[in-house]
Amino acid sequence: MSAMPGVVAINTFREAVRDRVLYNLIFFALLMIGAAILVGQISVGIERIVIINLGLSAISLFGLVMAIFIGVGLVYKEMERRTLYSLLSKPVKRWEFIVGKYAGLLLTLAVNTAFMTLGLVAALLYVSHHFQRSDGSIFIAIYFILLELALVTAFALFFSCFSSPMLSTLFTIGFYIAGVFANDIRNFGELAHKPALGAVTRGLYYILPNFHNFNSIAAAAHGDAIPLSLVGQNTLYAVLYVAVTLLASSAVFSGRNLK
Amino acid sequence: MTSPAIEISGLTKDYPVGFWRKRMRRSLDNLTLQVEEGEIFGFLGPNGAGKTTTLKLLMGLIYPTSGTARVRGRSIDDVAMHREIGYLPEQPYFYDYLTARELLDYFARIFGFSAKERGERIARFLERVGLADAAGIQLRKFSKGMLQRVGIAQAILHDPRIVFLDEPMSGLDPLGRREVRDIILDLKREGRTVFFSTHILSDAEMLCDRVAVLLNGKLQGVGAPGDIVSMELHGMEILFELGDGQALPRRFADRATVTGRRCRIEVPEAELYPVIEELRRCEARILSVSALRPTLEDYFFGLVGREKTASHGVEVNAR
Ligand SMILES: Nc1ncnc2c1ncn2[C@@H]1O[C@H](COP(=O)(O)OP(=O)(O)O)[C@@H](O)[C@H]1O
Ligand SMILES: [Mg+2]
Repeated sequence: MSAMPGVVAINTFREAVRDRVLYNLIFFALLMIGAAILVGQISVGIERIVIINLGLSAISLFGLVMAIFIGVGLVYKEMERRTLYSLLSKPVKRWEFIVGKYAGLLLTLAVNTAFMTLGLVAALLYVSHHFQRSDGSIFIAIYFILLELALVTAFALFFSCFSSPMLSTLFTIGFYIAGVFANDIRNFGELAHKPALGAVTRGLYYILPNFHNFNSIAAAAHGDAIPLSLVGQNTLYAVLYVAVTLLASSAVFSGRNLK
Repeated sequence: MTSPAIEISGLTKDYPVGFWRKRMRRSLDNLTLQVEEGEIFGFLGPNGAGKTTTLKLLMGLIYPTSGTARVRGRSIDDVAMHREIGYLPEQPYFYDYLTARELLDYFARIFGFSAKERGERIARFLERVGLADAAGIQLRKFSKGMLQRVGIAQAILHDPRIVFLDEPMSGLDPLGRREVRDIILDLKREGRTVFFSTHILSDAEMLCDRVAVLLNGKLQGVGAPGDIVSMELHGMEILFELGDGQALPRRFADRATVTGRRCRIEVPEAELYPVIEELRRCEARILSVSALRPTLEDYFFGLVGREKTASHGVEVNAR
């Protein structure tokens, strides 16, 4: 395995830090503090549910915004500013650059999510003064969010290999929404009783990412156990999907003439 | 069995033009060229000639429409080739959130140098390009000339065998230009090959073992700066001073430039001795006699004029 993607990834992470990307954590902290104070005053018995729900949703949303908005610029910005000229004249293969940029953003997202997780845990401790066994589900839910971000980042990167940040953002959001409703799309096709439509929606169902199984926020909030088989299944799904998307990105990017 | 440093054969690049990408425009047309090890090779041509296109093709940043190239015997598709070369892009731009030292450290990591070696090299090369005092400054605060210097440092940081420089003197003040010239000469002394593009002819005339001239994507000629322009003399130039009360001989009157008592005339080579004889007779003091050779500038202007591409700017004597 080549060390090159690692070198590129570290620099990508450093860029994000220097661009003050992690400042979003301040907003997350304020949100958690506000919610904890408010919930403590108005409700009895549902503090945990509210805080976990809100916290996980915010972690997911903050992560998505970061994944999409940084993701679509990852490759595009380096092409546009021509910082790639000097880098690619060094013994760096194009796929190594792609994988490095991807890993760098993933690292940024992981660090950011880790800090948000700390915030959530602190808020939870503040409102309920204890942990329960079932709180383990929270960490699994967060892991699923990270897997989802890994997929979204891969799409954003893929689109940015051939289109402008604007279009890539639209495409990625479109893909994400389609992925959330993937099951509905298939069901719609089957309910319509038209074989042609059914074939199309089934095709879409298999091509589109399916985020249905990645959302365990409700389960975590209600303290339901999340089966380990789901963890394995989601991990495998994400790894395969990301691998294919990165492969496609590398192929597209390798064929490109830089501006 | 030593292969040439650079071997370009039939390299051609078309760019799509127009909004609907219907037409293609040929920016580089069937370029065939060899550069030998240890040469300083100048790649000359006015703006838009195709110099940057050629360098980008060699670096694998863009792909040829047709043709191939080899660097030190390796195809340009082979990433291993990049271990042995350095490249300064035209108007270089780098990660502006990094300091000069961090940028070089990033690039040095790519070549797998140890931490100790990286530190030592970075200090040495920043010194060499005159940026030792700016090592810790973020690149967003660098001037164009300073970026050019960082660009040169990153191009030679790993002791490449061949250094490709795209307009290395641009954006530099006279002192900076001289420093870059010295660096290029040092690289040659170290046995490296330097391939640099420029539209400033005097730089090339001063430095290059050989030059190639490119115009509108087509190679016009390759050779030593003295060969590429014909060595045939334009004539001789004589500078002389008239003695007190001496008048300029009649037959020179229409072709001499007179400044006070000083005169300058151009004569065909065959007339040199008769003219000197005559000047001696009228007791003029001869200050100098020199051969008039066409310069690369003349050559360039000739080409540009022939192709009627007046829009191509040629910068001359930009010093
Ligand atoms: N990305 C591009 N798309 C279309 N045309 C280009 C592109 N890059 C360069 N050209 C054209 O190719 C020609 C050669 O350009 P270039 O290689 O930059 O010249 P030079 O470096 O000698 O000044 C020019 O006419 C330029 O307009
Ligand atoms: Mg150029």
